[in-house]
Amino acid sequence: MDQQQRENFLEIRDLYVQYHTDTGLVKAVDGLNLSLAGGETLGLVGETGAGKTTTALAVMQLIASPPGRIAGGSIFLQGENLLKKSKEEQRHIRGGKIAMIFQDPMTSLNPVLPVQEQIAEMIRLHRKADADEVLKKARDMLSLVGIRPERGSEYPHQFSGGMKQRVVIAIALACNPTLLIADEPTTALDVTIQAQVLELMRELRQHFNTSTILISHDLGVVAELCDSVAIMYAGRIVEKADTKNLFRRPLHPYTQGLFRSVPDLTGNVRRLDTIAGLPPDPTNLPPGCCFASRCNIAEPDCSRSRPSMIEGETGHFAACFKLGKRGGV
Amino acid sequence: MNGPADSGALVEIRGLKKYFTVPHGLLQAVDDVNLSVAGGETLGLVGESGCGKSTLGRVVIRLLDATEGSVFFDKEDIFLYNKKALRNFRKRAQMVFQDPYSSLNPRFSVEQLIAEPLHIHRVCVNERETAAKVKTLMDIVGLASRLTTSFPHELDGGRRQRIGIARALALNPEFIVLDEPVSALDVCIQAQILNLLHDLKDEFRYTYLFITHDLSVIRHISDRIAVMYLGKIIELADHLEIFIHPQHPYTQALLSAIPLPNVDIPRAGRIILEGDVPSPVNPPAGCRFYSRCPSRWDRCLGEAPVLRELSPDHFLACHFPGRVDKAKHIRPRTALESAEL
Repeated sequence: MDQQQRENFLEIRDLYVQYHTDTGLVKAVDGLNLSLAGGETLGLVGETGAGKTTTALAVMQLIASPPGRIAGGSIFLQGENLLKKSKEEQRHIRGGKIAMIFQDPMTSLNPVLPVQEQIAEMIRLHRKADADEVLKKARDMLSLVGIRPERGSEYPHQFSGGMKQRVVIAIALACNPTLLIADEPTTALDVTIQAQVLELMRELRQHFNTSTILISHDLGVVAELCDSVAIMYAGRIVEKADTKNLFRRPLHPYTQGLFRSVPDLTGNVRRLDTIAGLPPDPTNLPPGCCFASRCNIAEPDCSRSRPSMIEGETGHFAACFKLGKRGGV
Repeated sequence: MNGPADSGALVEIRGLKKYFTVPHGLLQAVDDVNLSVAGGETLGLVGESGCGKSTLGRVVIRLLDATEGSVFFDKEDIFLYNKKALRNFRKRAQMVFQDPYSSLNPRFSVEQLIAEPLHIHRVCVNERETAAKVKTLMDIVGLASRLTTSFPHELDGGRRQRIGIARALALNPEFIVLDEPVSALDVCIQAQILNLLHDLKDEFRYTYLFITHDLSVIRHISDRIAVMYLGKIIELADHLEIFIHPQHPYTQALLSAIPLPNVDIPRAGRIILEGDVPSPVNPPAGCRFYSRCPSRWDRCLGEAPVLRELSPDHFLACHFPGRVDKAKHIRPRTALESAEL
């Protein structure tokens, strides 16, 4: 176990998360395997409905139940299974050891509390310290994220979108978590403000050395911040590799299609290559490869069983039957 | 400001201003904009949230009235149209909205949604003709005919946006304002819609005003690009020219801020702007970009730069073009600041 603890800081095995809805059982996460090394920043990429946020919420133990339910699997953080913890233990881990940055800074702050109070609240919950110390720490966090500590007594509506997201980052990092999950942290921001926040996240990563899962649909943001990338499709990881390998030579047909769909900033092409069709209905996932119906190299066999992850190149995994056959797609 | 210039432009915007009265003063959403869109052209309008691009788009097709200035459509001032002429203009100029979730009536089926403009303008003589026309429109935008009786909540964002486009095309317009038509969509669906817009234009020779904050999308779809900042057009050029030779410090910063999905292009000197876009309520005199500009000088504070032609077909509103020192990232100190030291 000790060996694994060092190598596999976070390990998610065969995770199933389902939502019971009127239209049927939504299989949001369907047999997901993912691991993260200590100090690593992993980009989790996928389209709307791929199950990225559900995965994050499962790690945070924040799946609303009902309608949601973790139907199977395990999540090990530093060798301990988070799914076996009591409610009390979970509350300590959440915010203390694992923190999350949500997508929308406009709705993730309390509008009637000064921002320094919201940071202090986090520290009070997880650390023993007197009121003065807590306030000082809260103000230190503000200056760390580039906000003048004097502004700590102001309310969220007095801050712009980019500044609010800085406050959210300060709250998340206040207890020096070992794992940070950032769910689309810059999606709601303008491009020049996004550049500021990305720069801040890069600096903070050096400062804290926190292991991070960055959820994003923006391949550009992932290319800039992440050491490795996992591509998610229909509740599963379909490809994983370090960032350079994955961007230079994507192996899975879905990843390849994803890259071709992005308008290029260097060429002068007027028509984009697209992936035909839509992702499968999560209430009715096909028995075989979920991408088979949209895949241009699929064979009848692809629809019979689920492909498992195959190591196409050293450290570069993809879930595609064709990979094993031809040593590359 | 009399008639339009004899430029052959389909849409000519002259000295256009749109101000809103707000509790603390005057919100100058669009301030003295001059632009023209040639027939068959796609003009891209790019800027950050709150810069006035959507307001401009709405004024151009008279969904909002202008505070000052004119918009000439086919050489006629749209603000001087009488009721009948305006009704005719509505057929010729259409709009596609950003959010396909809130811009469609949830109680209308796909067929009713697409037929609505046909009914309003009494284009078809009977229901059979309307149904046939709806069917044709659904084919054009790539909606399967089995979806005729579906309701918007049953459809994904890409299909809803196709309905929005079909509604805009229903009256055979010449000019279409597209306000962030792909911003709410996933990248694969976005690519499908961008291809659709491109093909439609090839086939029907539409003229587009394409509004977005997404720089890679705007470069992809546009013939010319106008960059907007705090109510003003600050740079206007061919879509490749502006990406290769951006001259305004804001354009340069904007372009350098795009995260590229490529690990092999080295990031040369990203310009990170300070602060946020200032409020458009009672903006200061002088250049509106002054407070964030990495290469500001005294002159910029006193005198607002006007849009002028820097090189053929490349227009710029800056006193000191191309002066950002990318290598150092350091903003030259203004004389005012130097005096304070």
